[in-house]
Amino acid sequence: MPSVQIEDFHAYPDAKGRFGAYGGSYVAETLMAPLAELTEAYLRMRKDPEFVAELDYDLAHYVGRPSPLYLCERLTREVGGARIVLKREDLNHTGAHKINNTVGQALMARHMGKPRIIAETGAGQHGVATATVAARLGLKCVVYMGARDIERQAINVYRMKLLGAEVRPVTSGSKTLKDALNEALRDWVTNVEDTFYIIGTVAGPHPYPMMVRDFNAVAGREARAQMLDEYGRLPDVITACVGGGSNAIGLFHAFLNDREVRLVGAEAAGEGLQSGQHAASLAAGRPGVLHGNRTYVLCDDHGQITETHSISAGLDYPGVGPEHAFLKDVGRAEYVGIDDAEAMQAFHALCRTEGIIPALESSHAIAQAIKLARELPRDGLVLCNLSGRGDKDVHTIAAREGIEL
Amino acid sequence: MTRLQTRFAALKSAGRCGLIPFVTAGDPGPELTVPVMHALVAAGADVIELGVPFSDPMADGPVIQHASERALAHGVGIKDVLTWVSRFRERDSDTPVVLMGYLNPIEIHGIEEFSRDAMAAGVDGVLLVDCPIEEDEATVPIRAHGLHRILLAAPTTSEQRLLQACEAADGFLYYVSFAGITGAARLSVDAIADRVASIRARSSAPVAVGFGIRDAESAQAIAAFADAVVIGSALVDTLAGAGTEGEAASRVQAFLAPIRAALDDKT
Repeated sequence: MPSVQIEDFHAYPDAKGRFGAYGGSYVAETLMAPLAELTEAYLRMRKDPEFVAELDYDLAHYVGRPSPLYLCERLTREVGGARIVLKREDLNHTGAHKINNTVGQALMARHMGKPRIIAETGAGQHGVATATVAARLGLKCVVYMGARDIERQAINVYRMKLLGAEVRPVTSGSKTLKDALNEALRDWVTNVEDTFYIIGTVAGPHPYPMMVRDFNAVAGREARAQMLDEYGRLPDVITACVGGGSNAIGLFHAFLNDREVRLVGAEAAGEGLQSGQHAASLAAGRPGVLHGNRTYVLCDDHGQITETHSISAGLDYPGVGPEHAFLKDVGRAEYVGIDDAEAMQAFHALCRTEGIIPALESSHAIAQAIKLARELPRDGLVLCNLSGRGDKDVHTIAAREGIEL
Repeated sequence: MTRLQTRFAALKSAGRCGLIPFVTAGDPGPELTVPVMHALVAAGADVIELGVPFSDPMADGPVIQHASERALAHGVGIKDVLTWVSRFRERDSDTPVVLMGYLNPIEIHGIEEFSRDAMAAGVDGVLLVDCPIEEDEATVPIRAHGLHRILLAAPTTSEQRLLQACEAADGFLYYVSFAGITGAARLSVDAIADRVASIRARSSAPVAVGFGIRDAESAQAIAAFADAVVIGSALVDTLAGAGTEGEAASRVQAFLAPIRAALDDKT
């Protein structure tokens, strides 16, 4: 139960970008001005009917919104508990929720007159979603990606190149997503005049956690109306996977003030929370400061950020969006770990029973949905975000199961 | 007056521009940090800036990133850095030492404990790269324990925020010479001079200029209007790979001597 009484969850963040003790702008001095410029532009544009109409048009005609709710009848029967309903973000253009945010930010870049876009990417999904919208709007696009991730995600690297983006390998630190984020920040600090930085998750300095959440929140607004329309009530519990946390906050946000709806985030427990080989910042980390915001981080006793592990590259991040940190501390949402093996099991279950190949990230949410469904009566409703499709993961899964393609 | 204020007052009355070399603590080797600090003083340093290594130095260029990685590979932490400062103080009680770093290692150590221990070790100031004035409440213990909290200003800093920084300036104000990361080279001396003049009109705090100063020539150009110049990446690069105290000291001497001479040569 909440230890702090929050009247209106939609009132966050405050003017300084804080969600309770979390969030803020912990960046180099040089970035404070472009962040202020971005905040001002965003607050103005989100109220501008022309901008909103443009965004709505793109979401409908380019992304393919609204995405449907889908009742998993066979999976529900196999699990033997509450009904499992999926929000089908995997049906969006480019195959994941990431495009909701990049469409919005790219429109902002155009309105702000920035001809150059940069982004960081881990698995390559956000990089692809950014390269996609940059191609459409004719903006120059540079994507930073850890050298190690480039090796693991060759297909997405090629997709970005097909879309006209330049993919720059990052060889510092652990050569993964966190280092790509550092490098993108370094690029931005050097090219603040002409460059718009599209951050792919609800982390980073203010206004990113707010702005990226708002662009993703369309999924939750749709889902809430669809639940009422199709099932006559709200779900008992909602679950989504959490890496940085953008698809989860996107689905949760419309329901935050519906206190009777339980919210559960599924983090990557990798080889298990006890093993140390995981990416569960909320379940096993501690409050700190990383990439411009105060949040839960995975670090050692010297405050050095530690390397993470997950079968799913999209969840492989040592921080998490500050709003999730806040929701955890006030008790509004719970965050639990799903390990690699559980995610793999859920992946196969959804393939087999519903004819849907989920992304490995989303498979964590499916695994959690199955657990929650078991605890609830048969007339219960579990809403789960199917944030992406799994075509991109087929090679990873085959390799893990010793199959050569 | 604090050690830092005394030092800047002495520089001012002597009409000299201060030299602030930056080295990463624990690089090129943990055993070399204290000897290198003494070598810096012997070569003419007025204030030492000591980098606290962090795994994710987002404002630093490749040279200082790699120095941080090398130090972390030796397991260097805040306790080590403070131990080295107190060992340096055994032989040098006059040269101010400013720690430069990122917030997370300090917060995980405990900012209260860090501030107390740093003061006790003989640290004079703390510069936090990722903590702008808006997030100042995170750093209250630093000042409460008597350390200077060094603030930065940059070419992109707005008029209103520059005024705030000038009012809150403590010890000295660090002016970042261009929008970029450490170690890049795109100095525009006239633009920097204009900004420093505008800081001077609003604050009596000494102004140190850093980022992009790499040799005697660039140092001398900046010295015409700054109270001190900070030299980091070029020095860190020079020190990389030095295996012994003697080698490190002679590299420091060879690198800093012409810069010191150029600074003292200004008219």
